[in-house]
Amino acid sequence: MVTDTLKKTDASPIVRVRGLENRFGSDIVHQHLDLDVHRGEILGVVGGSGTGKSVLMRSILGLLRSSGGTIEVFGKNLKEDDAQKMLSLRTGVLFQDGALFSSLTVLENVELPLKTHRPDIPVQLRRDLARSKIQLSGLSASASPKMPSELSGGMRKRVALARALALEPELLFLDEPTAGLDPIGAAEFDSLLRTLQRALGLTVFLITHDLDTLYTICDRVAVIADKKILAVGTLKEIEQLDHKWIKSYFHGPRARAARQQEGTAAG
Amino acid sequence: MSADKHPESNAELLSDPSTNGRALASGDWTLENVNALSVKINSLAEQTFQLDASGISRLDASGAVLLGQLMHLTGQDANDVGLTGQWRTLFEAVDSACDEEHEPAPVSDPQWQQVLAHIGRVTAGFIQSTRELLNFMGITLHRCARTVVHPSRLRLTSTVYHMEQTGLNAAPLLMLLAFLVGAVVAFLGATVLSTFGAEVFVIDLVTFAFVREFGVLLTAILMAGRTASAFCAQIGMMKSREELDAIRTLGLDAIEVLVLPRLLALLITLPLLAFLATIAGLVGGLMVSMLTLDINLTLFLDRVEQTVTLNHYLVGMIKAPIFAVVIALIGCLEGLQVSGTAQSVGEHTTTAVVRSLTMVIVIDALAAIYFMEIGW
Repeated sequence: MVTDTLKKTDASPIVRVRGLENRFGSDIVHQHLDLDVHRGEILGVVGGSGTGKSVLMRSILGLLRSSGGTIEVFGKNLKEDDAQKMLSLRTGVLFQDGALFSSLTVLENVELPLKTHRPDIPVQLRRDLARSKIQLSGLSASASPKMPSELSGGMRKRVALARALALEPELLFLDEPTAGLDPIGAAEFDSLLRTLQRALGLTVFLITHDLDTLYTICDRVAVIADKKILAVGTLKEIEQLDHKWIKSYFHGPRARAARQQEGTAAG
Repeated sequence: MSADKHPESNAELLSDPSTNGRALASGDWTLENVNALSVKINSLAEQTFQLDASGISRLDASGAVLLGQLMHLTGQDANDVGLTGQWRTLFEAVDSACDEEHEPAPVSDPQWQQVLAHIGRVTAGFIQSTRELLNFMGITLHRCARTVVHPSRLRLTSTVYHMEQTGLNAAPLLMLLAFLVGAVVAFLGATVLSTFGAEVFVIDLVTFAFVREFGVLLTAILMAGRTASAFCAQIGMMKSREELDAIRTLGLDAIEVLVLPRLLALLITLPLLAFLATIAGLVGGLMVSMLTLDINLTLFLDRVEQTVTLNHYLVGMIKAPIFAVVIALIGCLEGLQVSGTAQSVGEHTTTAVVRSLTMVIVIDALAAIYFMEIGW
């Protein structure tokens, strides 16, 4: 996975954040925040609770008007008029708890983006495409008529992933995809993400607390602390850094276990 | 992605007779072009041919689904269509995930059976909900009795908070409504009674209407809309966030903590509000009488004093606590029956308002008949 990233980092970044500033009242969440996401990589974003990881994601998605700085996605400044439409067509989002529409079935949830942006696709074909996305996300087609409330947490995330993939996005945002899953379910979701990312050539912006996810699927890691991106790099580079939070995060007992596991898996 | 950016589809599926029954797939097999491609695939469905996919310049998962459908027609597999490199990987990932399995088509009963089943379900649901309401009333009464024995169990802060929310905050709106309805009743009376030259009886009409019926009925209707829905939504959201389970695991009683304060608050405030509404309605009637019928304040008060006996006042006020119990219980019960989703909260809130409104009006009608029969 390291070789994959090296050859791709030279191209211009898909997401370019410069000098981002976010404040809520007198509360400053981000200041002078810079970040690049390159084509074809999985970028893991880590940081303590309340450091503004989700706020950063919402800023890049244009869900939140930031107080300063510039954000470019696919080379287009978010302040431009049609940026929002471009974002909804070319990016997919997996929200923390799936954010499935509770009044629609699984199939209808996945169909909705197609129905909204491509009303010209005939119903049967739309169903076929939606069903293929559901299966691609590792669910059986028999899940399609179910309501979201009948699904387990892991299945809901998979449906949300299928919905995020419905419009064939190039850029995928994931907010803590493995939170609330048991370790086996989380590992399966990780490998599903990796497989899909490789097969579909996706660029992934992934917020996570899960060290296993970081060690198994992320190409690069960005650490948010002190209101900015403290460091970006491969896990090996980040681990070496001398910073209080990074040390306690990457050298705690959980990190050691995750590293060992990854070492044995690779060897 | 949008159609205007790609006026012409550059994805092709050509079947040329000269190429010996080979169909050549080329261009971008992506979501943008699925419509055109799907049409072409369908037009080829009748023919026999071999597929050559080596000309495909871009492929995404949607295109791969179509390609899979096409290869299903020709009976080829990924090895002999000339798909290479990353597109081969992508196609295999999509193709291995998607099988032909479809969800079973829902079996539907004949129309008349569905109608009958629906009637049955609604009836059973009505009986069920009535039983639940009675059951809930019983449990709440039991908790009330326990609180009377141990007054220290009463949540005083919560009760006062709900008195403010349901009583004090509703008072201005309620008084405005009652004032306007009082004025309207007086107008109606004036129109009808002036033909007989009996305008002075407008005072009797407004007084009777508000003291016996409208004061308390208007209050109950407003409370059913305002308070039953609030109770239901509050408790429902708590239920869906597992707060009720947390209350239970802490050894607390959900009825004692959540229902009793609300019930008590409404029991205290609804009669007070009903009194305010009665006064506001009379003032509304007085305004119209003074402005359009030349009835002065002294005459109005004199007439009211003669008309209103304790009986009339009791007929109105006796209903207030009954309405309070019905509204509070239905609101809380519906809240407790919420199941998880946001939609469920909405459905139960609607039911709470509809049921409490219905109950209020039915009870009021029954009470009117009863008091008429006993001659009050």
